[in-house]
Amino acid sequence: MSDERFEVVIVGAGPAGIAAALTLAREGVEVLVLERGDFPGAKNLFGGILYTSVVNELLPEFWDRAPIERHIINRRWVLLDEDTQVALDLKSARFDVPPYNNTFTALRSKWDRWFAEQAEEAGAMIISETNVEELIIEGGRVQGVRTGRDEGDVKADCVILAEGANALIAERAGFRPQMSPRNRVSAVKEVIALPPEIIEDRFHLEGRQGAAIEYFGGAVKGTVGSAFIYTNYDSLSVGVGCMIEEFLRLKMAPYDLLDWFKAHPMVAPLLRGGETVEYATKMIPEDSYSALSDLYEDGLILVGDCAGLVNPSIHHEGTNLAMASGVAAAEAIIEARARNDYSKATLARYRLALEESWVMKDLKRYRDSVHFMLDNRELVSDYPDLAIRLIRRYFTVDDMPKDELLNGLWATIKNEVSFLKAARQMWRARKTML
Amino acid sequence: MSIDVRKYLQPHKCLTLEERLALVKCRFDDRSHIEVDQSGFRADPDRAVLFICPAQVFKLNETDDSCIVNYEDCLECGACQVARRYTSWRNPRGGYGVTYHYG
Ligand SMILES: Cc1cc2nc3c(=O)[nH]c(=O)nc-3n(C[C@H](O)[C@H](O)[C@H](O)COP(=O)(O)OP(=O)(O)OC[C@H]3O[C@@H](n4cnc5c(N)ncnc54)[C@H](O)[C@@H]3O)c2cc1C
Ligand code: SF4
Repeated sequence: MSDERFEVVIVGAGPAGIAAALTLAREGVEVLVLERGDFPGAKNLFGGILYTSVVNELLPEFWDRAPIERHIINRRWVLLDEDTQVALDLKSARFDVPPYNNTFTALRSKWDRWFAEQAEEAGAMIISETNVEELIIEGGRVQGVRTGRDEGDVKADCVILAEGANALIAERAGFRPQMSPRNRVSAVKEVIALPPEIIEDRFHLEGRQGAAIEYFGGAVKGTVGSAFIYTNYDSLSVGVGCMIEEFLRLKMAPYDLLDWFKAHPMVAPLLRGGETVEYATKMIPEDSYSALSDLYEDGLILVGDCAGLVNPSIHHEGTNLAMASGVAAAEAIIEARARNDYSKATLARYRLALEESWVMKDLKRYRDSVHFMLDNRELVSDYPDLAIRLIRRYFTVDDMPKDELLNGLWATIKNEVSFLKAARQMWRARKTML
Repeated sequence: MSIDVRKYLQPHKCLTLEERLALVKCRFDDRSHIEVDQSGFRADPDRAVLFICPAQVFKLNETDDSCIVNYEDCLECGACQVARRYTSWRNPRGGYGVTYHYG
């Protein structure tokens, strides 16, 4: 690859890198994507819900041909303690028709590969099995990338870094703050095979309908984290993820937490007869908006997870922000190309476009959510626990007069909660988490 | 196709970590992409890498209190280096390491 030159080189063939490649290729830009896996998606995983508003703009009605698993008509948020669950459950026929509420389950090894093929068809060049080791920076400006191949330098007018959550290149070049146990979640996941009929029966689904269940509180031992079960076509994605600081604090191994969750009496029946066919792990970035770097330099744009673009609140969206940032980066580069000027000043348009869109509006809204939870653990441990106890007591049948029952509930609340503190926390929680 | 429903009423069988790691397709490089600064490891009262790694790549060598690195088991999440900077982690060379079938 020596002396190779492209207009744009993209590092990483995940949702962010491919969305950028597809957009650039359609404008006739010479674009090369370098991917370290055997194929795009080979090293990727997520929960996961693929949020597809951006995909549907790029590839209208993609669901007819893309390898998606199920469209989600049932969303459920669950609190667990050691033997009880309380849930908020939404199921809607409105999500059963195109565009299916823009929420699908998917498996990344299949989805990313297909998405990358669409970019290739549009004219992007994708080379797999190629690890980018560092940026080539000369004269204060990014000039290309150094790969692990022999004579592996590739020059470019502009580089897009789309390397994902383990942002080694960006961090080492000083283009993003250090990754830390307070801004990275460690997640483990199993894919558990079950026949489609069993899944549909067990989760009350028909055809390609799907369910997404997220668990909080005692499900992850009262830590800042969550657990999940998502229905694929003929498997379940089951996993847990917590801030690395939480695993360190409890001196707990991620797989032990996963096993504990899978064995929970409210969870185990959902997994009956399922056979684990894959075990996987990856980090999720939860950088606060306030800690983001510029995201653009002379000849460089950062997109997706490596830029820190994940909604860290209870919503846990990443794929859509990744793709939206990829498209915004491509558009900024197309403008820079017209002026033949890839300077930081020109690429600033990228950040501006993100700031004006829902991407940064959401990240700004939830800027404090992770630190707020880490510093107010009552919100993920004591309060959910109390809520479960109160609701369980309310439904417990033991011939106690209802007046006494309700007074007892009040007394429990008064005993255990400092009202002023809780009111303040709930007020801020509403603003930072929901 | 008719399915044997009784089979799916049995409890889910939880695999050991070794069994789980054996499910992941991996192409081993002959050189390690992970290094541990042993003095940093010894100075860590929690020995955090021993439990933070989802693939149990790090094991304690009890004879000399050092850290053994089974880099072949690595699932490439990067968490070890984020948790403890006495580990130094690089991407495996292109084409090496894990390939997920589902993801
Ligand atoms: C357990 C888990 C659950 C999640 N659940 C959800 C969910 O339900 N919904 C949701 O929307 N989001 C979810 N996310 C987040 C979502 O997966 C990410 O936000 C999204 O994948 C980011 O896309 P990306 O393209 O920026 O990075 P990635 O998808 O990580 O892609 C990065 C790519 O770059 C490649 N690469 C990295 N370094 C190099 C290098 N040096 N050289 C060459 N190639 C390189 C990688 O192999 C990879 O293909 C979840 C994440 C995890 C880990
Ligand atoms: S990258 Fe992840 S799997 Fe590999 S050694 Fe580090 S913590 Fe373990």
